Amino acid sequence: MPTAEELKRRIEAGIPGAEAEVEDLNGTGDHFRATVTAPAFAGKSRLEQHRLVYDVFGEEVGGPIHALSIKTRTQ
Amino acid sequence: MSESNPIREAIQQAIDEHDVILFMKGTPEQPACGFSARTVGALQAVGHPFAAVDVLPDPRIRQELSAISEWPTIPQLFVRGELVGGCDIVSEMYESGELAQTLGVEPPEDAPAVEPEAAPRPMGIENRLG
Repeated sequence: MPTAEELKRRIEAGIPGAEAEVEDLNGTGDHFRATVTAPAFAGKSRLEQHRLVYDVFGEEVGGPIHALSIKTRTQ
Repeated sequence: MSESNPIREAIQQAIDEHDVILFMKGTPEQPACGFSARTVGALQAVGHPFAAVDVLPDPRIRQELSAISEWPTIPQLFVRGELVGGCDIVSEMYESGELAQTLGVEPPEDAPAVEPEAAPRPMGIENRLG
């Protein structure tokens, strides 16, 4: 079962310069909220920014990670 | 791409035929998931009519939709054939007034005022979807 800490590490490893805060919303390891700040988001639409975060997890989103709520910031 | 894929074709046709269409879990009257419920709430608050498709009756709907949109989660809102986003993006756009702007309606009076952020961000959704 994924943990908030694991998701945070993977986001930060997967997106250059990213800093992530991840919460396990229900404590059940399947609904998470991530707030991600990354210079890589600059100049990208919100849709593209969220896609960068989803791409870190590929098909796990919708699978073991039921829900990943995302908030992105450039700085 | 498979050669004949009736479900994918039907989804694409629905996206093409409806200016505003929401793929969700459940129905606007009975949403089956909190994220879908919140997205319906934002659309209803803006007051623009929208078509809704329940993805739950057949898992292939969700599978084919995500293949078209390259977006992994439900709900998904499309406006004039383009993916706008899921619950997080629609909620943020509702709060900033961008949702009303994208849908071409006046923001509801009780919506929070648009507050310019310190960091500049593009406003027109059309400009941002490649």
